[in-house]
Amino acid sequence: MTPLGLYQPGTSVLHRAAAGHKFLALLALAVLIFVVHSPVWLGVTALAVTLGYPVARVSPRRCLQLVRLLVPVLGLVFAAQWWLVGFDSAAVVCLRLLVTLGAANLFTLTTRVDDLVTAVERGLRPTRRFGVRPERLGLLVGLTLQAVAALSMIAGQTREAQRARSAERSLPAFAVPFLIRTLRHADELGEALAARGVDDD
Amino acid sequence: MIEFEGIGHRYGEHAVLDDVTLRLTEQRVAFVGANGSGKSTLARMINGLVHPTGGRVLVDGVDPARQGRAVRNRVGFVFTNPDSQIVMPTAGEDVAFSLRKKGLSRAERERRASGMLARYGLAGYEEHPAHQLSGGQKQLLALCSMLVLEPDVLVCDEPTTLLDLRNKRRFVELLEQLPQQIVLVTHDLDLLGNFDRVVVLDEGRVAADDLPEPALEHYRKLIS
Ligand SMILES: Nc1ncnc2c1ncn2[C@@H]1O[C@H](COP(=O)(O)OP(=O)(O)OP(=O)(O)O)[C@@H](O)[C@H]1O
Ligand SMILES: [Mg+2]
Repeated sequence: MTPLGLYQPGTSVLHRAAAGHKFLALLALAVLIFVVHSPVWLGVTALAVTLGYPVARVSPRRCLQLVRLLVPVLGLVFAAQWWLVGFDSAAVVCLRLLVTLGAANLFTLTTRVDDLVTAVERGLRPTRRFGVRPERLGLLVGLTLQAVAALSMIAGQTREAQRARSAERSLPAFAVPFLIRTLRHADELGEALAARGVDDD
Repeated sequence: MIEFEGIGHRYGEHAVLDDVTLRLTEQRVAFVGANGSGKSTLARMINGLVHPTGGRVLVDGVDPARQGRAVRNRVGFVFTNPDSQIVMPTAGEDVAFSLRKKGLSRAERERRASGMLARYGLAGYEEHPAHQLSGGQKQLLALCSMLVLEPDVLVCDEPTTLLDLRNKRRFVELLEQLPQQIVLVTHDLDLLGNFDRVVVLDEGRVAADDLPEPALEHYRKLIS
C-alpha cells in the first residue's frame, strides 16, 4: 500500500522550485487563509491549490486517493458545522481545511525531504547564536514527514490483520497492536539512528 | 580487533550474559545460539548501543561504553527489520543522509550515494520510494547506507531473517566479499560455511568457539 503524500519524482515547475521557498509559501498560505474570512476568496485560493496538481503532473491515481480521503472528512465537518453554526461558517471551515490539506499534500508530493531538511537548516543557521541547533531541527522535520508515512503504513497493515481475523469493529483489536507496533518502530528507529551517528553530535 | 573482557550483563534481576571473554581478530565471525541466549545483547555492545553491567568491550582499544561516538564512527550496524532502518523517503536520499555530517557538497553526496547503490545492485533506484522496495532490496539499501560511511567493522543482527532463500544467500555472499571485519548474528546456519569463526552462545555463556563445522555440530547437539 502507498502511504499518502510521499514524494513523487518529477520535473515540473513545482518540483524544481527551491524547497525553502515552497516551505515559506506553504507557511504564508496557512497564515493567509486564517485571516481571510470571505468564502469567495477562500474558494479562489482552493481553486489555485487544486490547479497546482495538474501543474505538478500528479498522477490521477494519486489525486483520486486524496479525494477519497478528503471527501468523507470534509463532508462530515461540513454537515456538523452547518447544523451547529450555519451554512456560511461551514463553507469557510471546509474551504480552509481543503486549502491546508491540499497545499500540504502538494508540497510533500513535489519536495524531497532531503531538500527540505537542507533548506530548513540553512534558513535557521542565524539562530545558532541563540543556542538553536539547526541540524537537529532539520532532522526533526525530515523524520516527522517520515513518521507520517510509517504510521499510515502500520495502521494499514494492522487494519488488514484485523480484517483477516474479522475483528473490524473492535477498537482494542486495532489500537493495541497499532500502539505496540508504533512503540517498537520508535525503539528500532532510535537504535538505527544511533548506529548512523545521529544521537551524538 | 574486538575484545570482550569478562562481560556480564543483567536486565534488572535477569542475568543475560555471564563471563564472556572473546578476542575477535578474524575477518568473518558469526554468533549463533537459541532465542534469548544473548547474541543481540553481545552484538549491540560492540557499538555501544548496550553497555555491559560487568567487564568491558574494546574495539581496537577503544571502549564503546566510554567513547560511543568514536566507536560508532568505525562500526556499522545492520538490523533485522529494514523498515525501521530506512529514515528517508527515497533510496538515494537515505544513503546520502548517512553523509550529512561529512561536510560534502550536495552533488558529491548524491554522487557517492548513486555509486553505492549501483555497486550493490540498486542502480537507477535513487528516486525510488524506499518503502516500496522489496524486502531484499530494502536490506541492501540498509547495507549501502551503512557502508557509505566506510566503517572498519560491520555488525549485522539477523539481517537475513526476513529474506527468502535466494536473497539470504546473496546477502551473505556480499558480506563475505566486504573488506570490513564482519560480525554476523544469525539463525541461518547453512550460510556460515565460509566463515572464519563461529561462536555458539547458550544461556549467556560461550558454549563453543571454533571453525564453522565443529562449532555448528556442537550447537546442533546442544539443541537436540
Ligand atoms: N531491553 C530488554 N529489557 C529486558 N530484557 C531484555 C531486553 N533485551 C533483551 N532482554 C532479555 O535478554 C535475554 C537475551 O536477549 P537477546 O536479545 O540478547 O537474545 P538473542 O540471542 O538475540 O535472541 P534471539 O535469537 O531471539 O534474537 C532474553 O532473555 C531477553 O528476554
Ligand atoms: Mg537477537
